[in-house]
Amino acid sequence: MSNVPSDLRYTKDHEWIKLAADGTATIGITDHAQAALGDVTFVDLPKAGKIFAHGDVFGTVESVKAASDLYSPVSCEILEANSALNNAPDLVNREPYTSAWMIRVKVTNPSELAALLDAAGYSAVL
Amino acid sequence: MSETLARTPLYALHVELGARLVPFAGWEMPVQYTGIIEEHLAVRRTAGLFDVSHMGEARVRGADAAAFLDSIMTNEMASIRIGTARYTVMCQPDGGCVDDLIVYRLAETEFLICLNASNAAKDIAWMRSLVGKAKVEIIDECNDWAQLALQGPLAEKILSAVTALPLATLKRFAFVIGEVAGAKGCIVSRTGYTGSPGFEIYLPSASADKVARALLAAGRPLGLIPTGLGARDSLRLEANYPLYGHEISERISPIQAGLGWTVKFAKPTFVGREALARQAEGGPPSSVILFSLDDRRIARQGAAIFAGEISVGEVLSGTLSPLLNKPIGTALVAAGYAGSADLCVDVRGHRIPLHIATEPFVK
Repeated sequence: MSNVPSDLRYTKDHEWIKLAADGTATIGITDHAQAALGDVTFVDLPKAGKIFAHGDVFGTVESVKAASDLYSPVSCEILEANSALNNAPDLVNREPYTSAWMIRVKVTNPSELAALLDAAGYSAVL
Repeated sequence: MSETLARTPLYALHVELGARLVPFAGWEMPVQYTGIIEEHLAVRRTAGLFDVSHMGEARVRGADAAAFLDSIMTNEMASIRIGTARYTVMCQPDGGCVDDLIVYRLAETEFLICLNASNAAKDIAWMRSLVGKAKVEIIDECNDWAQLALQGPLAEKILSAVTALPLATLKRFAFVIGEVAGAKGCIVSRTGYTGSPGFEIYLPSASADKVARALLAAGRPLGLIPTGLGARDSLRLEANYPLYGHEISERISPIQAGLGWTVKFAKPTFVGREALARQAEGGPPSSVILFSLDDRRIARQGAAIFAGEISVGEVLSGTLSPLLNKPIGTALVAAGYAGSADLCVDVRGHRIPLHIATEPFVK
């Protein structure tokens, strides 16, 4: 069974979102997603200032087996991408919920947050 | 699922070892156990054990067996010595590949042929269609044999712990028949598809589980781990070994694939000879190149190759080389571009320069 922390929100596309009180959020991919991908070799992330609508492709995570698109779980503006993943993409396999966060964003349409899954809801789609 | 997947005799062992099983050529096969990169590096540094029981086997025997095989294969068959094997391609009249194969000579008039899983039924039907009046019998033994590949620098040490067969004197592409881990009638050949030293073991299906467990028990303390088809693919690509459906296919001939050394034009006739001779003399319309990238993005099958703004080919296989820690691959490029110093590949809108390799990444 994969690890699904209870303090995060999720999408059916296997991304997690950690909401902060100040209207920002941190986004990454779940333990289930990293296990399904296998050895991650590259993460292609957007630059600060880029704007995405809910469901847009914001980046790519690539493993030995395949390249997979990353979908923006909410409409957002990129504040920061995790540069540590440039040199250590395998962090995604080792610490998907912590050091392998992918983007920190400003949530631009908070009404979309209601549609995110909680841990129980995400566990049910696995 | 639209079709039922076949399972090898090692299915229970794969589940027990925590393998990730995926459909491959109609079989439910382990793509990885612990991770493709770790498994790949184990084969380069210690050893890995692959279940390759999905591969097909056909026995060809009869007074005309050698002459028949010479008439359908590109390589020389009559000159294979008993106890040795030879790599060959089997071609269509137009030079396209029906399959690539390893032919083992068991006796003067008896051969065992190893077939690609995805082509096994096609190959056997193809061979039977060409028999004509030759005194030869083609026996489908796909379900009789399991196959293990024990590959890596420690393979000989590990295998010698479970067999008394004379491995030290066994040369590359030679084989012996005997007992392995108590299983009789095993064919042990010094062959492989990884670019590392090692063996392929053909064994009666009923013995496969016992032999695999014995090898793992003997090898674990030395660093042997079970290895899946994912690592098998990255290993073979580093060694520049072709995979049917990628570097060779019904539309890519052995001449295009850089396998001209397997095509013996000294033989007066064989299927595909005229078409292949035309390609060898006039140059083929396109040919296969091996490349690496200075980038993290992997150029995968179907990615377009460009010379300036002209599309000149496409990627056939691509992966990350764990040895080089950079992407590698093969591509089919139009005549005149195979030696070009300024080709690029398009990966999701990024143009990445190709470095053409003139030698495999492992020898």
